[in-house]
Amino acid sequence: MTTFDLNFAADHFTLFGLPHVQALDQESLDNAFRAVQSQVHPDKHAHAAESDRRLAMQWATRINEAYQTLKSPGRRARYLLQLLGHDPQIESNTAMPAEFLVNQMELREAVAEARSAADEDALDTVRVRLLGEIRTEYERLTGLIDTDRDLVAASNLVRQLMFQEKLLNEIDDALEAVTA
Amino acid sequence: MALLQIAEPGESAAPHEHRLAVGIDLGTTNTLVATVRSGMSVVLNDLKGRPLLPSVVSYAADGTVAVGYGAEAKQSVDPKNTIVSVKRFMGRGRRDIAHIETLPYDFLDAEGMVKLKTAAGIKSPVEISAEILKTVRNRAEASLGGELTGAVITVPAYFDDAQRQATKDAARLAGINVLRLLNEPTAAAIAYGLDNSAEGIYAVFDLGGGTFDISILRLSKGVFEVMATGGDSALGGDDFDHRVFCWIIEQAQLAPLSLQDARLLQMRAREAKEQLSQHGQAPITVKLGSGEYVDLVLTTEVFTEITRTLVQKAITPTKKALRDAGLTVADVRGVVMVGGSTRMPQIQHAVADLFKQEPLNNLDPEKVVALGAATQANLLAGNRAAGDDWLLLDVIPLSLGLETMGGLVEKVIPRNSTIPIARAQEFTTFKDGQTAMAIQVVQGERELVSDCRSLARFELRGIPPMVAGAARIRVTFQVDADGLLSVTAREQTTGHEARIEVKPSYGLSDDEIAAMLKDSFSHAGDDAFRRALREAQVEAQRLIEATQSALQDSADLLSTLERAHIDASITKLQTVMIGDDRRAIDQAMQALSAATNEFAARRMNQSVQRALSGRNVDQISL
Repeated sequence: MTTFDLNFAADHFTLFGLPHVQALDQESLDNAFRAVQSQVHPDKHAHAAESDRRLAMQWATRINEAYQTLKSPGRRARYLLQLLGHDPQIESNTAMPAEFLVNQMELREAVAEARSAADEDALDTVRVRLLGEIRTEYERLTGLIDTDRDLVAASNLVRQLMFQEKLLNEIDDALEAVTA
Repeated sequence: MALLQIAEPGESAAPHEHRLAVGIDLGTTNTLVATVRSGMSVVLNDLKGRPLLPSVVSYAADGTVAVGYGAEAKQSVDPKNTIVSVKRFMGRGRRDIAHIETLPYDFLDAEGMVKLKTAAGIKSPVEISAEILKTVRNRAEASLGGELTGAVITVPAYFDDAQRQATKDAARLAGINVLRLLNEPTAAAIAYGLDNSAEGIYAVFDLGGGTFDISILRLSKGVFEVMATGGDSALGGDDFDHRVFCWIIEQAQLAPLSLQDARLLQMRAREAKEQLSQHGQAPITVKLGSGEYVDLVLTTEVFTEITRTLVQKAITPTKKALRDAGLTVADVRGVVMVGGSTRMPQIQHAVADLFKQEPLNNLDPEKVVALGAATQANLLAGNRAAGDDWLLLDVIPLSLGLETMGGLVEKVIPRNSTIPIARAQEFTTFKDGQTAMAIQVVQGERELVSDCRSLARFELRGIPPMVAGAARIRVTFQVDADGLLSVTAREQTTGHEARIEVKPSYGLSDDEIAAMLKDSFSHAGDDAFRRALREAQVEAQRLIEATQSALQDSADLLSTLERAHIDASITKLQTVMIGDDRRAIDQAMQALSAATNEFAARRMNQSVQRALSGRNVDQISL
């Protein structure tokens, strides 16, 4: 009983036997996820007793949650910061550097223009640019968390990235509206 | 060293028993049933050697029901009582059904799902689908020579919760144990992937008679991971037929049609469409009941022109699915074509243009879903051979959310989340002293509740009176491996737990299902009772076998006392299951389940630890 509870309640990194770092090796994560999911997935227990099937669903749900959190760099960073005892204050702290905000406003205007002009190519261009920026920032975030251990700076960057990812979603929505 | 298993005299060794399992592709136009025979997935034909069962059900006034070809023959004679494409009505209300005004049926707009008034009484789409399922179940049992252990039934990936629940209810009504609801494109991916040892990113483009799905999958080392799915649960070959139908009326300048003439023209329209997949043009000559003549030629050019917007309706979600998966067309290694409607040349061209490669057509687009489903059914029933193993990771196609203030939707589970998944969201009260809260669960991508599909509405009562904003109501969504949702809610500040389980409102209640089952046995008094008893006995036997198999594998996890308790519970169940007291069987089953809960938890824990330490469970000898 005790070992079971410990594992089920373990943090996501421990659950997969992985180190608590932002620079997570994607392949190790994928392999650990598949190894565990191959054991617990409801399809492996489809013919088992009701209690086994319920348990399988709970475990598979738990494993999926852990995997999805660790797979996304943004969710992984937020989760890791919290584990490290630093709340990134996603809801309460909305302060951003002026330079960043100006840049975001430009991008937003470009998106709005392209959307009203139904310009798919222009939206794609903004999307590619934003994707590039996001990728670079994630590399910086990894350094801030793993190497510098500057959790305050990391939290600020996490909030900026959420802002950028929200814009990315808006571009996707615009693309959908334009191509529909 | 491997241990040899020796069964007691007169007792079969359960693990070696081959369980009869099938895959059923319950299609809009045709239904197929397949099974795995000597390691090969095969479609089961009817007595005349025909693989397809037209998904058509015809009701006569004397209560007789015709299904398949027999029913199809009646569609132009008795269109009102002959239901085609019933899949389009599953889990749908009146306003959801396209071109409803051109359909010959008498619809009743029941809550959540339409019903149809037929010569044999009022029928729900669930009952009509159950007739089709019963027919293929009988075909399978006759062909395989025994009772089915269970079936995998396929559904369009883009089916929402209402449509999935309706399908599962239909299976239950047909007396089929559903091992899993499997998404059609995922079933096709299994068939294709296992046949070709495919690795990498694949798209499955599935255009059937009434539904369109696009799924993007990653195939790697025996894992089929759906990365994104999209589609349109009301787009299919039927819509192409309808365009041709409208074109004929316009060209021939026909007066308003009788039901029979309308159905006749719809059939001719479909034939012309099918002919165009082979030839450049198709003649359409019909003599109508009204005395009017139709004499037209439909060319590929005209057909392409009048269906251009339909093709675009398939391409748009395809692009969206790629974006959702975070991929571009360059990442896609192959596009597997599924569904009879992908035979249309303009679809082939549009897909080739978008993906910049020729689509894969080397599997029979009409059979591939059933074949993949059969393979999965075989695996789930426990018939797999050593090393013959794979894992499916599917996703939920549409976001799930809750209504918040002002009719807005708060998304709780985003689309394309891997299932099973659970998410909780906390809410609070709006007024001082508020003791109840109405919770509305919706599915869809739009921001307004009115634009999404309402799945359930329920009230959480008994919240202790507090100032506004002090209560903490935690609403948990759980989506299981079939893609079906259950919701629980509880207030948790005061330790007072108001907890509620909901079944989405469109679904049939257990009582309704029971009533329908009883109806279908109304000719034979105690059949319903005997059937329920038989089901309980089968279920009890299954539980005993599963428990014994677990005891054989992991006896070391139990103390002598625990083992004795489980053994006693098994003996008790074995004793009562011979009798005809269904209550006693249910109670003994519950007792055995309770006795094994802790054991199950330990075994699961052990298998997780083994998986992580890199050891294969099969290699550990006990």
